[in-house]
Amino acid sequence: MAYDYEKSLRPGKLPHIWCPGCGHGIVMKGLLRAMDTCGLEKNNTALVSGIGCASRLPGYVDMCTLHTAHGRAAAFATGVKMARPEMNVIVMGGDGDGTAIGGNHFIHACRRNIDMTYVIMNNFIYGMTGGQFSPCTPTGDKASTTPYGNPDPTFDISKLAIGAGATFVARTTAFHATQIDKLIAEGIKHKGMAIIEVLDDCPTTYGRRNKFRSVVDMMKRLKDMAVPVTAAGKMTAEQLEGKILTGVLYKEDKPEYCEQYAKVIARAQGVK
Amino acid sequence: MAKKVALMQGNEACAHGAMYAGCTFFGGYPITPSTEVAEVLSNELPKVGGKFIQMEDEIAAMASVLGASLTGAKVLTATSGPGVSLKQELIGYACIAEIPCVIINVMRGGPSTGMPTGPGQSDVQQAKWGTHGDHATIALVPASVQEIFTETVRAFNLAEKYRMPVQVLYDEIVGHMRERIEFPEAGELEVINRTLPSVPPEQYKPYDTSFGDVPPLAAFGSGYRFHVTGLNKAQDGFPTTKAEYVDAEERRQVRKVEGEVARVQIESNEEYLTEDAEVLVFAYGSTSRSARYAVNELRKEGIKAGLFRPITLWPFPEKRISALGKQVKAIIVPEMNLGQMNLEVERVVKGSCPVISIGRVDGEPLNPGQIIAQVKEVK
Ligand SMILES: Cc1ncc(C[n+]2csc(CCOP(=O)(O)OP(=O)(O)O)c2C)c(N)n1
Ligand code: SF4
Ligand SMILES: [Mg+2]
Repeated sequence: MAYDYEKSLRPGKLPHIWCPGCGHGIVMKGLLRAMDTCGLEKNNTALVSGIGCASRLPGYVDMCTLHTAHGRAAAFATGVKMARPEMNVIVMGGDGDGTAIGGNHFIHACRRNIDMTYVIMNNFIYGMTGGQFSPCTPTGDKASTTPYGNPDPTFDISKLAIGAGATFVARTTAFHATQIDKLIAEGIKHKGMAIIEVLDDCPTTYGRRNKFRSVVDMMKRLKDMAVPVTAAGKMTAEQLEGKILTGVLYKEDKPEYCEQYAKVIARAQGVK
Repeated sequence: MAKKVALMQGNEACAHGAMYAGCTFFGGYPITPSTEVAEVLSNELPKVGGKFIQMEDEIAAMASVLGASLTGAKVLTATSGPGVSLKQELIGYACIAEIPCVIINVMRGGPSTGMPTGPGQSDVQQAKWGTHGDHATIALVPASVQEIFTETVRAFNLAEKYRMPVQVLYDEIVGHMRERIEFPEAGELEVINRTLPSVPPEQYKPYDTSFGDVPPLAAFGSGYRFHVTGLNKAQDGFPTTKAEYVDAEERRQVRKVEGEVARVQIESNEEYLTEDAEVLVFAYGSTSRSARYAVNELRKEGIKAGLFRPITLWPFPEKRISALGKQVKAIIVPEMNLGQMNLEVERVVKGSCPVISIGRVDGEPLNPGQIIAQVKEVK
């Protein structure tokens, strides 16, 4: 029997705004399956996003949803979580939203190790505004503002998250659809900041300018670039050239922010 | 029983006013001359189980209070001009999404870093027009330590009642000055909390105007699921581009503050010797203290001067200023900027009398002598 996604979606809100072949829908389905696996209660889950094609996702999902301003999702989510630590907080957003305009909020949310799950949908481009380069656009690639090729170096989002202090960091791609929900579910169960980077595709603004003739070509690209972290050990540096490691990249147990603040409250109230 | 009294700084009084109003969440970023508000609240909030968070910048601080407010918390952030400039993006978000919050702006000069430790009143137009788009503004301008306490409480009440951001602006002089303050007893000042929905979750719409111009606001995590966005939205909270919905919502959000009835409830002014005044001084914040002194001196010399002191600066007291403009020979507007509210007074009196600005931006307080000299010139 086909999986029932509709039970988690708001009635009457489809069709979504995404283009045919856009990877964001695949990630949304992964999120819905993960929420199911974890048994998240709709009333007790906040889904927070910024601005961009990816950030439109919460509008379709039947939870407490907050579509904020460009880049600010992690900071809004921090307020939600601090004020109501018993809520599950999930942030969804794009590569531009999370690592350019929202980069500062992203690294500080990681540093605090506040208990939330941040799914960052990296399509290597600013999709919504028509394909300008993002901090994740590969060097040399074409974007609407890099007609001669992108001169900028790129962020490795997962490495950035690990460096900033996130205690669960995983990566997969829209091609590896069945891994998306597993990693998101692991992130939700993890106590602390969990970053799940999903490499996906924007055929409309990125693919078209970079010689990916079809969505199939774009998916093939994702398939080819992914190397499971468990397999990487047996590969030579040459073989790993241009590849991206997938799977759980980092996991650590560290004090969580709201729990730390609960101790502040106890000390202020004179509890020894 | 004798009232609890203390000698206290304006910023400290602000923090205690917030606690009195039932503030449970503060998100901030340090900046002179506002930092004491954060320092006191970092100490007081956890004592009552409230939350204090120092964010990575003012944008994040503003975002954190809005997120917290949506879970039902009564929220505050405090900053100064450069920080308010950063917060403007999300002040606009709070306006359109209608999220209650209080923003303290302890004003210094500017633009940019300006004079961090000098007083200024340079953000009074920023308070009104700092964020893009049409929107209503409520801004309060207390002039003493005691009034900072009571106006902070009132700011929370207005934010909760009208479901919107409310700004409290005071200059560095009142923020750092120490004065005697009498603490109101619990229950002495009114404390208002936002209206929660009376309908069951399945019927709830976050912008349902069948309850009036200020729709009830549910809390995330309380059994109500809804969508919040900064896009123009319909009454159900979901984005729309339909002209009639967008227009109706924009107009409602302005009307809820600037409508006749709301204005009367929000406006608050003090008039001193205005009844027979021939020259009016329009002054707010610490400048109004110099103005009162000047009026007293002028009266001793037989010059009929009066003081109009707005305590609510926005919405602007249009009716009363328009009437006074017809009564007096001139209105003098002293302020620690180069004539920002002078513009508004001019707009409202529509030429019925001269409006004269006294601007001071050298980091020194505006003194009574300057005002006395100007009044004598027009007499
Ligand atoms: C303050 C601000 N600056 C710029 C924009 C314009 N803008 C909207 S979406 C976007 C880029 C989104 O890119 P990304 O986060 O990667 O999401 P995608 O559309 O690719 O899914 C930009 C620059 C905006 N909405 N707000
Ligand atoms: S523009 Fe790109 S990211 Fe946006 S919906 Fe279309 S394919 Fe997806
Ligand atoms: Mg993108």
